[in-house]
Amino acid sequence: MRTYLDFERPIADLEARLVEMKKLAESSNVDVSEAVASLEVSISKLRKEIFENLTRWQRVQLSRHPDRPYTLDYISLMCDQFIELHGDRAVRDDPAMVGGFAELGGQTVMILGTQKGRNTKQRQQRNFGMANPEGYRKALRLMKLAEKFNKPIITMIDTPGAFPGLEAEERGQGEAIARNLKEMFSLKVPVICIIIGEGASGGALGIAIGDRVLMLENTWYSVISPENCSTILWRSWDYKEQAAEAMKLSARDMEKYGLVDGIVEEPVGGAHADHAEMARHMKEVILHTLEELNRLSPEERVSQRIDKFCSMGVVVE
Amino acid sequence: MSWFIRKEKGINTPTEMKREAPDGLWYQCPNCKKVMHTREHKMNAYTCVHCNYHEKIGSTEYFALLFDDNLFTELDANMTSADPLHFVDTKAYPERVKSTIGKTGLKDAVRSGYGKMNDLEVTIACMDFNFIGGSMGSVVGEKIARAIDHSLKTRTPFLMISRSGGARMMEAGFSLMQMAKTSAKLALLSEARIPYVSLLTDPTTGGVTASFAMQGDFNIAEPGALIGFAGPRVIRETIGKNLPEGFQSAEFVLEHGFLDFIVDRKDLKDKVTSLFRMLE
Ligand SMILES: [Zn+2]
Repeated sequence: MRTYLDFERPIADLEARLVEMKKLAESSNVDVSEAVASLEVSISKLRKEIFENLTRWQRVQLSRHPDRPYTLDYISLMCDQFIELHGDRAVRDDPAMVGGFAELGGQTVMILGTQKGRNTKQRQQRNFGMANPEGYRKALRLMKLAEKFNKPIITMIDTPGAFPGLEAEERGQGEAIARNLKEMFSLKVPVICIIIGEGASGGALGIAIGDRVLMLENTWYSVISPENCSTILWRSWDYKEQAAEAMKLSARDMEKYGLVDGIVEEPVGGAHADHAEMARHMKEVILHTLEELNRLSPEERVSQRIDKFCSMGVVVE
Repeated sequence: MSWFIRKEKGINTPTEMKREAPDGLWYQCPNCKKVMHTREHKMNAYTCVHCNYHEKIGSTEYFALLFDDNLFTELDANMTSADPLHFVDTKAYPERVKSTIGKTGLKDAVRSGYGKMNDLEVTIACMDFNFIGGSMGSVVGEKIARAIDHSLKTRTPFLMISRSGGARMMEAGFSLMQMAKTSAKLALLSEARIPYVSLLTDPTTGGVTASFAMQGDFNIAEPGALIGFAGPRVIRETIGKNLPEGFQSAEFVLEHGFLDFIVDRKDLKDKVTSLFRMLE
């Protein structure tokens, strides 16, 4: 069954009418093809209209859509071969962070990212996409491995944040993220980071230091979730929509302020509406971006990566 | 334990020194509740003469404690926050900044400078918790980045004193990217083999812990400081249990292997100098 978000209600209603109309046609042998066609046009018009005027909060909702493709979905849709690698070589394997070498468009790449679960059991197993320190250390291990064998790195980010747990603190959640930030600046191979869903705070940034940081159209990336921002600044959960507006956390905002490098378009109706098309387009974007990055020397990439992040910020002097 | 013969310090420090310390002639320790002379407390590096509780202090006090004769050249002293997002919550961000500047006399949540520490040229940046919870926005990130630039240019060791609740929400995405910016500069400092000591004081949490505060060649802390990524309230709500005694204290973090040592504030200057000298 499809999941409709509140603002998709009008589309859902029309789609329900379409189903009924088709059923009626089958049972009564009445020719409704003209009515069906016109209803289909209306639906696609309505969908386009709704999706062209999404608020920031609606994009947050879309970024969390339960049918949205996750990291492993992209890997299986885009890649010819994938060998998943596990473990941080110190504590354990973190199922909230996945990765491995893959064949993408005829070349070997390292793809890694946070991973959410599709059903209740999986969601728990993947810890809702919230990685522990082991996850960040596993990610760094895989990135170093990619560097060693001179393979480009693709990271995919979809996380409500790094896990705020007891053991996570004991094992140095802060240190693990901090290390990744510093180490990713020295990686000699091309690094492309893509926000494919939620990009919350340091937990997202911990695998998002790249030569190109891209955001899918209906995702968000900021220092805190709108709910938590609302709770802290307005002292109530109810201002999440205002918080989303105030934080300017959408892909368009982040690109406008120069905090990310580009936007990857989604199919009308969102990435969840057409996984195959979404993955096809993403593959195209990745391969194109890799071509661009391969024209630079490792030293150029590293210094441009450093300069780019160092120029972020607005102050008064 | 003292590495050097300690010079008389703090006598000629200006009166605004006491900005973060309680005013008046007497100081009551919030930990053991005992009372001591304010002057005695100050001479003891703002630690309790009875129980050694480390009072929370700011950049003015740390600079006076660390720079010889409190002589230093401040960097970017007039840099203040912009409002790139036109952020409004219950109050407009520029108003919040303006009123905080008025209340604290500070321009933002970090100050930086260079000078001599036991005759050794050093660059120091120090956070001020009084300024919107020591939160990191563009000014904090930029001033730390430039302090590191100064350290690189002059090849002087870098000391960072952190005390922060984490991100400046009113700068949202810009705030987040300061973690990246400071990390980038520290990667360059590391490559240049210039030593970096990160001192974590009470409290250091959030994005500051997850970036420059944990990237020292030496990560050290003051006794009893709260240090963590997530704050205790968030963790308690996540796991639905009370947290064990001493959880996220400097001693706990040391025990788990994420600190090199805990330093008594009275020994800070001499111990950090000794460390830097050993690496010359
Ligand atoms: Zn005391």
